[in-house]
Amino acid sequence: MHKAAKALAFFACLAPVVWLGFRTATGRLGINPVEDLELTTGIWALRLLVLTLAITPLRRITGWNRIIQYRRMFGLFTFFYVALHFSIYVGLDEFFALGAILKDVAKRPFITMGFTAFVLMIPLALTSTKGWIRRLGKRWQLLHRLIYISAVCAAIHYLWKVKVMIGSPVYYAIVIGLLLAFRVLWELRSAKFLKTQRITA
Amino acid sequence: MLLKRNPDIRASEITDERVYLKRREFIRIAGSAALVAAAAPLAACSAEPLGAEPAGTGPFDTTGSPLTGYKEKAVTTDEKLNSFEDITGYNNYYEFGTGKSDPKAYSGSLKTSPWTVKVDGLCNKPADYHLEDLIKPIQLEERIYRLRCVEAWSMVIPWIGVPLAKVIERAEPTSKATFIQFTTLLRPTQMPGQTTSVLEWPYVEGLRMDEAKHPLAILAVGMYGKTLLNQNGAPIRLVVPWKYGFKSIKSIVRIRFVDKQPETSWSLSNLQEYGFYSNVNPQVDHPRWSQASERRLGGGLVNSRIPTKMFNGYDEVAPLYSGMDLRRYY
Repeated sequence: MHKAAKALAFFACLAPVVWLGFRTATGRLGINPVEDLELTTGIWALRLLVLTLAITPLRRITGWNRIIQYRRMFGLFTFFYVALHFSIYVGLDEFFALGAILKDVAKRPFITMGFTAFVLMIPLALTSTKGWIRRLGKRWQLLHRLIYISAVCAAIHYLWKVKVMIGSPVYYAIVIGLLLAFRVLWELRSAKFLKTQRITA
Repeated sequence: MLLKRNPDIRASEITDERVYLKRREFIRIAGSAALVAAAAPLAACSAEPLGAEPAGTGPFDTTGSPLTGYKEKAVTTDEKLNSFEDITGYNNYYEFGTGKSDPKAYSGSLKTSPWTVKVDGLCNKPADYHLEDLIKPIQLEERIYRLRCVEAWSMVIPWIGVPLAKVIERAEPTSKATFIQFTTLLRPTQMPGQTTSVLEWPYVEGLRMDEAKHPLAILAVGMYGKTLLNQNGAPIRLVVPWKYGFKSIKSIVRIRFVDKQPETSWSLSNLQEYGFYSNVNPQVDHPRWSQASERRLGGGLVNSRIPTKMFNGYDEVAPLYSGMDLRRYY
């Protein structure tokens, strides 16, 4: 049962890229195909990022602990879509013009944000294996908090990309903000809880 | 912060246009068949041949109907034209939504007939013109222009229209009139984007008088041999090919002569990013992205950027700005 659910989640995460591949191969992309590819991979990266960040709050609130087993899969799929998004930008948008890309990364705030989000995810993807989790011990959790910075950068990347900041980029920024705020509040609450415990003890 | 209200109708609920058109066609054919059968003489009377109309005219307020008598290729380019599908399927027209396919999807209910354009302000002959009366006295011309969007994409479009200078001439602006302000229709019931606060409505734009009188500036009523479709700014829009696309205001209801630089929608929304002049200029970047290159749409998946040219390649407008610091007046 559990195995089936996990397989289902895996294929659900894979479905958008399969559909995108089909649209690309059959010429069903939009009038600006490169933009279509960038938008689609970008939006799925954000969706999976939100899903990944939602696991811990969901677990805390509902006590549904087994859900943690999905976090790595969602996290790695987030990285997969981000890497695809980045490759499309480098290959199809800029045609591997490294000079122009470096200038973009340095000068264009929205590209800088997106690039930072991507780069910070690389060590997280690399250390997502059981071996690395064991080797890093407590430092693993500390390292993986980089995802918070990545998420903030990703939200700003989307906000700064559009001509007017309305609609979807704003909603994503709000949702990511709430998911991060939950963690801060949770920390504060547990700190307070520990303090009262100490006093009564 | 501005929030977009969700449209009442979900995209999935909207009939696909091909299906819609087929359905329309079916209704039309079935309808006319019934009409012919029931009242053949009447039907024959109403079917006036279009070719019988005088040269240089057309039913300007009926979207997508054939135009005749225009001077072909009055201004042209050797670049490849974008397809009708490209030009009518990928638009920025926030009155119908902010997505590129929103204008095509949501502009169907806009009624452009009858259409009146108010010409007023500092001029000797202010008037409310029926669209026909505004356009008919002037020879229609086909102008094949590059359109460069501030978002760094571009198209090549065969517009049909009249020189703006001719319309200005007729109104006899006074010597005090140094600028022109244009206003788009305000009708939230038929322009769903106007129920959101993406921009301040109605959309307004402006030109300096000498820019407006430049022979390249036109009021377009058609494209690809037909009157404009709603998503392209039917029934009448401005086309200023050396400026970023948003300067070319759509669905114009008012042309007003004024004595100072008028407000424009995008500079009201964000002056740092969108100035009054907004000439295409590869050296002055948008604060958030480069304007040095652009993607010419219609090139498929493997389609590298091309360098953007000063004034979008229309060097003849350069004298309008001699002595001006175009970094300051962006």
